[in-house]
Amino acid sequence: MTQWESVIGIECHVELKTNSKMFCACPNEFGGEPNTKVCPVCLALPGALPVANKIAIEHMIRAGLAFGAEIPEFSKFDRKNYFYPDMPKDYQISQYAMPLTQGGAVRYWLADGSMKECRLTRIHLEEDTGKSLHAGTTGRIAGSSHSLIDFNRAGVPLMECVSEPELHSADEAIGYLEALKRTFVQLGISDVKMEEGSLRCDANVSIRPAASTELGTKAEIKNMNSFRSVHRAIESEIARQIEIVQSGGRVVQETRGWDEGAGRTHTMRSKEQTHDYRYFPDPDLVPVEVDRELVESIRTALPELPHERFARYRGHLKLTPAQATQLIEDAALGDYFDACVSASGHAQQSANFVLGDLARLANENRMALYDSPVRPEHVGELVRMVESKTINSKIAKDLIARMWAGDGSPAAIVEREGLAQSSDVGTIDPFIDEVLRANEKSVMDFRAGKTNVLGFLVGQVMKASAGKANPRIVQERMREKLG
Amino acid sequence: MPSQEIDIRYVAKLARIALTDEEVEVFGRQLGDLLGHVEALSELDTASIAATAQVVESRNVEREDVVSGCLERERVLEMAPQAQGVYFRVPRIIAEET
Repeated sequence: MTQWESVIGIECHVELKTNSKMFCACPNEFGGEPNTKVCPVCLALPGALPVANKIAIEHMIRAGLAFGAEIPEFSKFDRKNYFYPDMPKDYQISQYAMPLTQGGAVRYWLADGSMKECRLTRIHLEEDTGKSLHAGTTGRIAGSSHSLIDFNRAGVPLMECVSEPELHSADEAIGYLEALKRTFVQLGISDVKMEEGSLRCDANVSIRPAASTELGTKAEIKNMNSFRSVHRAIESEIARQIEIVQSGGRVVQETRGWDEGAGRTHTMRSKEQTHDYRYFPDPDLVPVEVDRELVESIRTALPELPHERFARYRGHLKLTPAQATQLIEDAALGDYFDACVSASGHAQQSANFVLGDLARLANENRMALYDSPVRPEHVGELVRMVESKTINSKIAKDLIARMWAGDGSPAAIVEREGLAQSSDVGTIDPFIDEVLRANEKSVMDFRAGKTNVLGFLVGQVMKASAGKANPRIVQERMREKLG
Repeated sequence: MPSQEIDIRYVAKLARIALTDEEVEVFGRQLGDLLGHVEALSELDTASIAATAQVVESRNVEREDVVSGCLERERVLEMAPQAQGVYFRVPRIIAEET
């Protein structure tokens, strides 16, 4: 039977985080009272003229540089003409021939830690549309009697990121989208909240025989409103196409909508009425000549990007893919962790505390770790004491609780309360002798070959020493004495 | 360019304009004449002239990212052909056939 390879390209729309809209001074904010964030420009009243938002253009340059894209010296805005009631001008200001960024690649990773790359065709800047509510019985377009429009979102700066068809599974598509999302968050240029619509994506899906290099006929999948539904929709669409082809049929080029409830895609509209957008340069807007000094200053100021951080955590610090991903998801937590590592000099043990006991406490207290009383330098002290066997893991756990409660430096607590672990035989031996005397039966069991009682006996010594005896030394001495 | 090369019905459809057969004939001829007029440009040698997107010389007209006042909703909706509550109301959308 033929092996099939899926080929996926993603078009992703991301609203930029600015104070004002793309071409007018209305606020760029999610939600709010309908039709209150509108003005003559975003309502397309006669005579109103758009003026480009400087920060939106800078955000585009940021995005482009983060993915290694080319930032052409010359760029312009075009009109994309089509009729839809959520667009008051009957055209959308977009970029067709000369976008602000071209090319580049998104580096992403999968759950097993493998690094992948998907090239970008372009990222261009455009304006968002208003929102329509389809009134009538079903809440969908079909069967509605009329629509209601809220123009608050009309004119919000929107970047469209178009990938090359280089993704080959639903997992890769999600890895790619997560990388986009993390990068935009790290750059501070978007909220990327799918639930608020500030990130929306469509997937172009096709299949081909595994050995082939030609592209098959694609279907464009829309209406996916979470990463989970993107994953499900792509898997379902791949399965649908394979079934069609294997039963002798042909995939039709079309737009398909994802039906979350039914768990499958369905035909939305036939591609026969291919859109003719009649793009032309917008005469209301003058071209953009991107200042090279601006580009360089933005490049210099770029933060450490998620894929760079991932490579550093995996390569140099030897964290697991899951640990690295967790610390990248929340960049502030990653910064906190980095501070713990520079204070402790031990990455793995720092990760264990930051993502283990400390994460649990943060979670229980509904507070971010970096907002808690636990300072990274305190975590550093704790890690160093554990690594040097000054304290054992039980004391470490107690100390973590006290650090969270605001007791400050764990080294100072250990010093003050004499909690340091003892490896001194002279100190440990009396505890062992006492335990052996009190547990004659266990001693006999051990000598009769039931060596598993050793753990119990060591535990008793730890208890007797209030957790301060070094368990490794206790075990060694115990074996000698029982020997 | 001779007028018969313009698909006048297609252009009218894109612009959502209903034309009678007579109008198709009249406007088709007129558009053809216009293109013929512009066609004069092809007599010039433009090989050394870069394509242009904008006839004005200015570049980088940008605004600072600052919010200022919006219109009042009551005034805005008053201007609309149809409104309902706090929304603009538009006829049923038939572009999609789900």
